[in-house]
Amino acid sequence: MNEPVQCRADETFVLNLGPQHPATHGVLRVKLTMDGEYIVNAEPVLGYIHRMHEKMAEDGTFAQFMPNTARMDYLHALAYNHGYCLAVERAAGIEVPERAEYIRVITVELNRLTSHLLWWAAFLLDLGGFSPLLYAFDDREQILDLLERITGSRLTYCYFRFGGVYNDIDDVFITGTYAVIKRLRSRLPRLYHDLVTHNIILKKRITGIGILSREQARRYGCTGPVARGSGIDYDVRKNEPYSVYSEFDFEVPVYEEGDSMARYMVRMDEIEQSMRIIEQALDKLPDGPVRAKVPKILKPPAGDYWASVETARGDLGHRLVCDGGKNPYKLKLRSPTFSNLSCFGEVAEGMLLADALAFMGSLDLVIPEIDR
Amino acid sequence: MSFVEETGNSLLALFPQSTNVDKKSAGEPEAVEKGARRHGIMITDHAERGTAVDVFCAPEQVVAAAKIMDEIGFFLEAVTGVDWIKEDRLEVIYDYNHYGFEPCRVVIRTFISRTEPEIPTISHILPAADWHERETHDFYGIRFAGHPNLVPLLLSEDADFHPLLKDFTP
Repeated sequence: MNEPVQCRADETFVLNLGPQHPATHGVLRVKLTMDGEYIVNAEPVLGYIHRMHEKMAEDGTFAQFMPNTARMDYLHALAYNHGYCLAVERAAGIEVPERAEYIRVITVELNRLTSHLLWWAAFLLDLGGFSPLLYAFDDREQILDLLERITGSRLTYCYFRFGGVYNDIDDVFITGTYAVIKRLRSRLPRLYHDLVTHNIILKKRITGIGILSREQARRYGCTGPVARGSGIDYDVRKNEPYSVYSEFDFEVPVYEEGDSMARYMVRMDEIEQSMRIIEQALDKLPDGPVRAKVPKILKPPAGDYWASVETARGDLGHRLVCDGGKNPYKLKLRSPTFSNLSCFGEVAEGMLLADALAFMGSLDLVIPEIDR
Repeated sequence: MSFVEETGNSLLALFPQSTNVDKKSAGEPEAVEKGARRHGIMITDHAERGTAVDVFCAPEQVVAAAKIMDEIGFFLEAVTGVDWIKEDRLEVIYDYNHYGFEPCRVVIRTFISRTEPEIPTISHILPAADWHERETHDFYGIRFAGHPNLVPLLLSEDADFHPLLKDFTP
């Protein structure tokens, strides 16, 4: 008879998480070395949805890359529109009419709301709560309907143009936006905070889990809610105001704890701040054209330029190198989640597998943005 | 003294008074520059360029530069390359930023040979560089000497091509 298999005390095994796993929200694979339920080593494996957007940028004209921008971060596509427009406008020296700037801010912030609502829904789904998803998608749907009316699409927007936006907004959109904000504000305290934020199960599940220290966040180049949950007061909209963000009164929520709960609270508070920005922008909306006259084929002067915007996940940078031709000579896309995820290996070490998944959810990953 | 000037002065430590960048091995910066460099450091208009301090150094100096940036509390935004195929050289660009309220993005750039693209790693100083360097190795074939795990990150694990080189054909 065979002897029963004896496990050594220090024996570890390798566990493959993904690339098709519901908790990774896309095709991300994590190679985990496990000691029982504890993680000894975690190594994210990327590239399953890599499409080489940077090469596509070099192959077409400046305007032809515009639809690609929405295919990276499909949850906050308008911020990618905005970031690319800012980079090209900076290079070509294009002035944007004031009304267009306001419309950009309104639509980007509406899009940020949908992104945070979807993150909230998916994060709680990871943790085993199903009904929050239904509430969040209800609210998100209202905003998507509004955006669909003026942009023509629901997810992969290509709404911004160099020197403005494609389409003016109308009264239906404006009254609809006020109504959506009023509705979301009335639902936030009960359906979002009473039901979920103050829920003891959620608190026990994510408080003190996945602690990312301030210094770690800096060394890994974290930005966005991940950095702000670790006590770093950094938001491109405030630190380096672009567009017309300097004209609005809003706060940047910062939490010192650095755990998953802190990142959760940052995003929940940002929902309120985004609604404040939208209201102020609608109140102050100036009249005028929404698009400047821009030549069909752009030929910015040679040189290199950087432009950053704050997406729902952090600092999105575009480094644009021009050689005077009609194509970008080089376009580097600095996506925020790429840097935010790179700290996962160090932080997840020694964590329980179930806690690591809660930590991963709180990073708010969008895989097509990481892989580009 | 403004924060931008302070940052520029901290980076002056890279360039001891007697030694200047060896122009022959490092190559000249691009011809379209506006403004003068002081030992390779140029203060640029943040509103116009998006960066405030532009540093041009020799390939070996990127490690010392990373140490300085780390000490003064900057974080690494990105590492990338540019293929200047006509001049037969590769440019390696490091973008740094800080969490303060004065806009001060720092770009550190250097040129390396296109046939033997090798540059020291900075991943032991700033772990953020780990993945960015692997990505740059994927796209340009630049070897980051001393990198602990320089295997393809975004490309497939057996990829031996570098798609962002201008002479790449699929």
